[in-house]
Amino acid sequence: MSTQLLEIAGLSKSFPGVKALDAVNLVVRSGEIHALMGENGAGKSTLIKVLTGVFPRDAGETRLSGQEIAPKSPREAEALGISTVYQEVNLIPHLSVAENICIGRQPTWLGAIRWGAIGKRARAALARLDLTLDVNRQLSSYSIAIQQMVAIARALDISAKLLILDEPTSSLDKTEVDELFKKLRILRQDGLGIIFITHFLDQVYEISDSITVLRNGCRVGCFATQELPRINLVSHMIGKTLGHVEALEQTRASTATIRSDTPILEARGLGKKGTIQPLDLDIRPGEVVGLAGLLGSGRTETARLLFGVDHPDQGSIRINSQPVKFRSPRTAIRYRIALTPEDRKVAGIIPSLTVRENIMLALQASRGSWRRLSIAEQDKLADRFINSLGIKTPSREQVVRNLSGGNQQKVLLARWLATEPKLFILDEPTRGIDVGAKAEIEKLIQSLRQDGLAVLFISSELEEVVRQSQRVVVLRDRRKVDELTEAAISEQAIVESIASHSSERAEA
Amino acid sequence: MIRLNPKYIPLLATAVVLVAVFGTGAALYPNFGTPRVFVNLLNDNAFVGVAAVGESFVILSGGIDLSVGSMVAFVGILIAKLLQVGCDPFLAMGIALCAGTFAGAVMGCLIHFFEMPPFLVTLAGLFCLRGLGFVIYPESIGIDHPFYGEVLPQLSILVAPKAVLPFTAMCFLASVLVATFIASFTRFGRNIYAIGSNENSARLMGLPIGQTKILTYALAGFFSAAGGVVATFYMQSGNPASFVGLELDAIASVVIGGTLLTGGVGFIPGTLMGVLILGLIQTLINFNGTLNSWWTKIVIGVLLLIFIVLQKLISRRAVTQL
Repeated sequence: MSTQLLEIAGLSKSFPGVKALDAVNLVVRSGEIHALMGENGAGKSTLIKVLTGVFPRDAGETRLSGQEIAPKSPREAEALGISTVYQEVNLIPHLSVAENICIGRQPTWLGAIRWGAIGKRARAALARLDLTLDVNRQLSSYSIAIQQMVAIARALDISAKLLILDEPTSSLDKTEVDELFKKLRILRQDGLGIIFITHFLDQVYEISDSITVLRNGCRVGCFATQELPRINLVSHMIGKTLGHVEALEQTRASTATIRSDTPILEARGLGKKGTIQPLDLDIRPGEVVGLAGLLGSGRTETARLLFGVDHPDQGSIRINSQPVKFRSPRTAIRYRIALTPEDRKVAGIIPSLTVRENIMLALQASRGSWRRLSIAEQDKLADRFINSLGIKTPSREQVVRNLSGGNQQKVLLARWLATEPKLFILDEPTRGIDVGAKAEIEKLIQSLRQDGLAVLFISSELEEVVRQSQRVVVLRDRRKVDELTEAAISEQAIVESIASHSSERAEA
Repeated sequence: MIRLNPKYIPLLATAVVLVAVFGTGAALYPNFGTPRVFVNLLNDNAFVGVAAVGESFVILSGGIDLSVGSMVAFVGILIAKLLQVGCDPFLAMGIALCAGTFAGAVMGCLIHFFEMPPFLVTLAGLFCLRGLGFVIYPESIGIDHPFYGEVLPQLSILVAPKAVLPFTAMCFLASVLVATFIASFTRFGRNIYAIGSNENSARLMGLPIGQTKILTYALAGFFSAAGGVVATFYMQSGNPASFVGLELDAIASVVIGGTLLTGGVGFIPGTLMGVLILGLIQTLINFNGTLNSWWTKIVIGVLLLIFIVLQKLISRRAVTQL
């Protein structure tokens, strides 16, 4: 096997009250893709941030190609050959592709930037990824996937030896992920060391050579990917056997709980030009309807129409057989519809408010500012949800920013459950949260369903949709292409229906 | 069809407005379209223009500088006072420029190190500099120095028959050239754009945030002070009570010049055009003669609104493209 590129030994880091990293070891060889796995709060991001000089370390040493290093800033780390590409693309949207690749180290002549040379260098960096772009176009005119590759090209431009990819695939669809992996394999061939952080187990097994698992700030172990069965990886990550995750797989929901055949929501020919083709959709009480499709297939757009964020230009919605028109989410909320958006950080959680305040928001808003809930009532409600949803927080007055992703998501769910909705639209409720929390949220959805709630469940993880739903609506290219019920639901069936319908539309 | 890079749309809009305003004037009044009117326009707006160039950098970086008017007045009275006590004019200007740069750097440091909002820090700067001006001398001081009286009028170029480009106008154009070079051809300039567009990304890309921010405010202080120097050429006096609200004209020029008020997008030549548009509207209303000159303010207000709406539409379109 090739040489040791990065060697971290006994690395420790404490924050007030927490030991974030406890004597962690990590070895990455050149020419390997090394997955760093662990639940949220296991110490992955802290490890990366200490390695790249964002945080100072308390103890331990780091060697890069045998040299002892201790970068004090991301800039220094870059100079040493360690580059990081983050989950949210961290580039400058308004500048050109070329400038994004070269900024901070532009070639100059007597202090003047040589723009021609920048274009050339950018093209060369992109060429290493087998990519040809118009480098003079503004970065924001390209898709997120391309932007991510531009970020990698930027890393390559500084002759990086070690590339750190922090959840690079969270906002990519399947084809884009494949494309990214193709590029990563090229880089591995070139002898780069790559640290790959992700929540997607499939991807780890598809691309990585070895896996280091962290749990609670400690290293659990380092394994060759082929020799580590999936079930063992997950139990290493959560530190217990996977009883409850497996149990969920069994409970592939029956339709027994469906209370009535009258749908709570009926959409007929609902569509909006350029957003989603007209579609029919029924959701009954006690039923989970899955919305499956690739990224950009119109899943979120459908949810936005149903919640009154966007306005349909055709078709109708009926709630409990009454025709309704949603002018804004406020109207939808009045009909007891709730929605948790795709990106909870951008459009959901208010990080600087406490758990209690976040839970109270929607309920208070629906009551109006004048009928304020007393503090005692608020405390009672907040405590009830903290207990029933198992939100892990030291107290209800904890600021939400300090909670893990999974717990933030639960707070968001609690906020809407407090308004006692009849229909709950969940857009990617499990994105970016760890396996344990995922299982808990799935269990929660099932129990809500048993209580008679109607749920529209959107997820890009097909296995999750299959596990959760009694009915699955398949979207492709912004139109509904199929609807599967009960026994017919399987990952295979969904994939087939997406694939078959794509070839049919060849004439379009 | 040629795909127009969306970042050029505001600049193009500015150019269209400039041509439209000038065209209107030339169509309505026979003497309007002469080189002489244009040269006067540059002369009358030179000190606002130089200060607006400095303001452009701050706005591009995502900040704002409210201290411009006070700085121009402060520098004016400082120079007038120094000349009164017999100081060499070049030394006086040098002191003024250093003082302006220093004041800008101090504000930049406060903004960076204490993470304070630029609006508040420069508002404090506005009050302090205004007060300092009155401390130097509470009334207007005329400048009576051979350099101002005799040398300056010589420093002009005949650009067309009956149209002499005065030294003030040359200072303005030189500022635009230098600033354009800094913004487009130096790493420092590009870092300003990066920070204005997305500061967090810029930090993670390893760009020097603090250094860039402090330098940006220092540079703005330098240009404001230079605007003050040019104002003494133009007014031949210094007055601590003058130029109240000049910063607002500067900000309006920058925004009408196509620079995004949220930072990250814009061009220095746009600011030149913005200043000229504001000046032309004033000239147009003067030519009319019957209109109250306060109409200038109303027209500028409407233009400003139009440009802000335009920017909003463009940035919204950029978002939906994603």
